[in-house]
Amino acid sequence: MLPDAERLCEALAESLRPGLDPQTALVGIHTGGVWVAERLHAALGLKTPLGRLDVSFYRDDFSRSGLHPQLKSSDIPFEVEERPIVIVDDVLYTGRTIRAAMNEIFDYGRPARIDLAVLVDRGGRELPVCPRWTGETLQVEPGKNLQLERGEGNRLVLRLVDA
Amino acid sequence: MRNPQLTKNGELQHLLTIDGLPREILTAILDTAAPFTEVAEREVKKLPLLRGKSVFNLFFENSTRTRTTFEIAAKRLSADVINLNINTSSTSKGETLLDTVDNLSAMQADMFVVRHAASGAPFLIAQHLAAMGLEHIHVINAGDGRHAHPTQGLLDMYTIRHYKRDFSDLVVAIVGDVLHSRVARSQIQALTTLGVPEVRVIGPKTLLPSEVEKLGVRVFHDMREGLKDVDVVMMLRLQNERMKGALLPSPQEFFKSYGLTADKLQCARPDAIVMHPGPMNRGVEIDSAVADGPHAVILPQVTFGIAVRMAVMSMLAGA
Repeated sequence: MLPDAERLCEALAESLRPGLDPQTALVGIHTGGVWVAERLHAALGLKTPLGRLDVSFYRDDFSRSGLHPQLKSSDIPFEVEERPIVIVDDVLYTGRTIRAAMNEIFDYGRPARIDLAVLVDRGGRELPVCPRWTGETLQVEPGKNLQLERGEGNRLVLRLVDA
Repeated sequence: MRNPQLTKNGELQHLLTIDGLPREILTAILDTAAPFTEVAEREVKKLPLLRGKSVFNLFFENSTRTRTTFEIAAKRLSADVINLNINTSSTSKGETLLDTVDNLSAMQADMFVVRHAASGAPFLIAQHLAAMGLEHIHVINAGDGRHAHPTQGLLDMYTIRHYKRDFSDLVVAIVGDVLHSRVARSQIQALTTLGVPEVRVIGPKTLLPSEVEKLGVRVFHDMREGLKDVDVVMMLRLQNERMKGALLPSPQEFFKSYGLTADKLQCARPDAIVMHPGPMNRGVEIDSAVADGPHAVILPQVTFGIAVRMAVMSMLAGA
């Protein structure tokens, strides 16, 4: 039985609240990470507008698998220079997406610091990446993908599918 | 026969011509180009997609704009770019085209961007690479003879989609020297593939190819008639250097009949856009008042051209 994603978002927002600076900006990673970031942004009432990243251009498997056909535009609507940034993603697995996201953020400027908030940590890291905030830690078998989906009434739902 | 531009899996292997490419591929290129436009607004205008790759610009014919935009596109993708101005190098010492290609392949080239006065030269290179077992090297046609200029056609489509959103309800007119224009050929193929219901060509009989109607266009010799209610006006450059013999009385005479003036543009729809692939001959095919006026989207075309070329290069490198 998978946890309720909306509840996890609320809990995650509360755990972030004490650690935030007035300058803090959230950056969600397309597509699931953006949904989570939108929830957090609203719950925390942040002034800095939400950033969105599509890390396809920075992925380390480009030469093997090419470009994803449905690219989204990255949109960082604030000054990155000297700003504390929280990267938000739905499911943390190998850590490669986070590495790509950090590289991309640095192409916009030099942030004061970068933290990571994830809805679910499913283990299986291949890079030294460690989230500062985690909604829930789950054990997922290697042959499976844990993904966030948007269901009825835009409700976020976690689903386990075959990889 | 398989389209020589596509891999077995139907992915783009080379970009040689728009002719024969399915609508899905053209749309995929335009969709992929969109996020690349945003890169130009960043502090660091660079993406790592082509890091460690070598792109050779092989220009057997002069060009400043096209070569520069290909160079910028490749550099924004972090490739190493080598520009070869072939007029001044080995061919003048007698080396053949394919020997040049073999030598550059031996230097670990990953991509050739080719402009050549002979139609079919990029196709010949692609064929040769396949015969040599060098399928990992990609070829982009940057203009060959009177045949094709596919990236120009694609950036024009990107520009139209940017301003008009949708192709399915448009009337587009291509005006001028269609006969000598590889750009016009690529534009017509792209427009019809993307489903534009009415494509017109406007020009004097001497500058339109015979049987041009067979490309699926409506032909007009009177410019005002041809421009009536069009959404998009695509001007062509009068190709002085390609013109042999007396096809025209004089450039001034041409301007009188086929030069785009504010007055003639009144026949088009009030929200019509005016495009030109450059370089412009002001006062020959287009009046300065139009070129610098509110309908012109000629400079945005150049900017979009970089994003479209980045998209093509990334799709080829990822195939």
